[in-house]
Amino acid sequence: MNTKRASALALALTLSFFAAGCRKKVGVPPPPAAPAAVAPTAKAPVKKPMVVFFTVEPSTIERGQAAVLKWEVTGAQTVSINQGLGTVTAAGNRSVFPSSTTSYTLSATNEGGTSTETVTVNVKAPAAVVPPSTPAPSDDFGSMVSKLIQDIYFDYDKSDVREDSRATLTKNADALKTIFGKFPNNTLTIEGHCDERGSAEYNLGLGDRRATATKEFLTQLGVSADRLRTISYGKERPSCTESSEGCWSKNRRSHFVAQ
Amino acid sequence: MKKITLPLLLALAASVGFAQQGADIVGRIVGGQKATIAIPDFRGAGKAANFVATFNQTLFRDIEDAGVFKMAPKSMYPLAIPQRPEDFRKPLKYDPNNRTRAPWLQDWSEPPVSSDFLAFGYTAEQDNQIVLFGWLFNVKQPEVSSAQVIGKIYHGSLDEDGARKVAHEFATDILKQFGVESLAGSKIYFVSNRSGSNEIWVMDYDGSNQKQFTFYKNLITMPNVSPDGTRLAFTSFTGGAGPSIVIHSLETGRKIPFYNQRASMNATASFTPNGKQIIYSSSASGWAQLYMANADGSNLQRLTNTRSIEVEPKINPKTGNEILFVSGRGGPQQVYKMNIDGADVTRLTTGEGEASNPAWNPQGSHMAFAWTRGYSPGNWNIFIMDVATRDYVQLTQGAGRNENPSWAPDGRHIVISSNRGGSTQIWSMLADGTQLRQLTSAGVNEKPVWTK
Repeated sequence: MNTKRASALALALTLSFFAAGCRKKVGVPPPPAAPAAVAPTAKAPVKKPMVVFFTVEPSTIERGQAAVLKWEVTGAQTVSINQGLGTVTAAGNRSVFPSSTTSYTLSATNEGGTSTETVTVNVKAPAAVVPPSTPAPSDDFGSMVSKLIQDIYFDYDKSDVREDSRATLTKNADALKTIFGKFPNNTLTIEGHCDERGSAEYNLGLGDRRATATKEFLTQLGVSADRLRTISYGKERPSCTESSEGCWSKNRRSHFVAQ
Repeated sequence: MKKITLPLLLALAASVGFAQQGADIVGRIVGGQKATIAIPDFRGAGKAANFVATFNQTLFRDIEDAGVFKMAPKSMYPLAIPQRPEDFRKPLKYDPNNRTRAPWLQDWSEPPVSSDFLAFGYTAEQDNQIVLFGWLFNVKQPEVSSAQVIGKIYHGSLDEDGARKVAHEFATDILKQFGVESLAGSKIYFVSNRSGSNEIWVMDYDGSNQKQFTFYKNLITMPNVSPDGTRLAFTSFTGGAGPSIVIHSLETGRKIPFYNQRASMNATASFTPNGKQIIYSSSASGWAQLYMANADGSNLQRLTNTRSIEVEPKINPKTGNEILFVSGRGGPQQVYKMNIDGADVTRLTTGEGEASNPAWNPQGSHMAFAWTRGYSPGNWNIFIMDVATRDYVQLTQGAGRNENPSWAPDGRHIVISSNRGGSTQIWSMLADGTQLRQLTSAGVNEKPVWTK
């Protein structure tokens, strides 16, 4: 009897419990579970990235020498350095070879904004400008070419040698005659490059024409044609990757490479 | 020069696609109304169930991408989905609200589905293979006996590839009923840098099955495929001596000899319709000019003689006579046309902006091309021009750089590269600019060529 009554009581209790539970559920539907903790953090303002350091070593170089940029940034989504270095990792270093005094600005960006830091590399003209006629005896062909032969630049969709490039090419021609005299077995490759706007196919032809026009100019000044090779890279190998005239003008060039 | 209106272009695409098939279907479609098709998800028996999702996706997309059907909205489908013709039971009196009875044709033909056709069936496992039982019914018919358009069995391997294969084959059969060449089986070659350097890659037309084709670890670009689909020509920097033309067999994968004339640049090669000759651009004269040679590079003939840059020659695939090409002879680059002997040169684009990448449609009547007309240099959009009248229509509207259009074998779709999503990727679309689909996402992908 006892057990029967006890179980009946238990049943009644259970039923009333369920009934109460049911009523509660129907009467007040629970609100959708709040996405705890996630929402507040998402809404909190994002702090701007921090540039831990951005340095250049040495800060003064002679033309042709290298300076090393070093940086470390925290909290950034993208980090970039201007002057054509483009997007870089959050921490790193990069050698640069500016031909004149140049300021490099590092920009670190996230949703909270952009932090920037600028360093300047002071470039001195070489103490005594090495006259092409008396190269230092230790110089090899490649380093002489990179030291003495300068790139020339073109207008958009043009392959004729610009007025300012004529002076550069005249200097290049004098230097080349000396260099080739010293290194009778080496050749020089003239690379023609274009900016990114024209079609890749047309730019292959345009880069070829730029390299050829450069070669023709040099040979008219007496540089031996069989020491010069040309190659077009069209827009496939830009030196600078931003979409701006500052960058495009640097990519429209003839570049000289020692072989 | 007036612009073509989109309906006109569509009508043109339609008339091209549906010339020879059943009159009522053609009438309906060319008349501007598309037939509606319902494709409920098929089910898979046994191990075939593992691959049925791939099957359903592939079948639906093949049919939708063809652009000839209106797809009945899936959310309107009835609950009772037939899997076999014998699942249909004609009710004594049709009651759309009776949800407990067996499937019937009017479930699909009446609102809310309002379909003309129903593709149904199922996949199963048999002898370690996938078997597809596929039916296409005209649900407007009063009886099951007259409704069947297709009833066929398809076999494939018991894996994802097999599921895709049977779906493509079934879709091909359905489209064939409407006079439309299925794109299933067609391939897209393209340039990708995802392996670390620019190489040629290949994928199925829907973006599946992406595979690397060249392994030069150098700069490879500007691919073109022979009309019979057996050879690939591209521009390569591998020799170190500047861009030159390299040809590979697509059957063996091996390199085929091609004599590059002495020049700092030989590039942008394409094939004549019979595949026996190659036209390309060479700087042998000091300027990039157009040449024609035999398939091995011999028997060279110069086609143009200017002091300007001329690239991308493309021969009319139907007549084998007219050549489209890009030239800077009049100033900024524009698209020109000439005869195969170099005579009768005419400029096709207006002289505005810069124009490039001409591509004949398979019928040889229209060209797709890229043009910066109306935008600053570098902002390319895709256009289609009727070569005879020079009427044109703009397909993309200023969303990033859109370049290198190539026609599908059906003459109704094109594939392009676009950086509209941030990076340059390959997209396909119907030739009226609709049904845009992104096919690639890894790395930079460009210069697509759509082949059989």
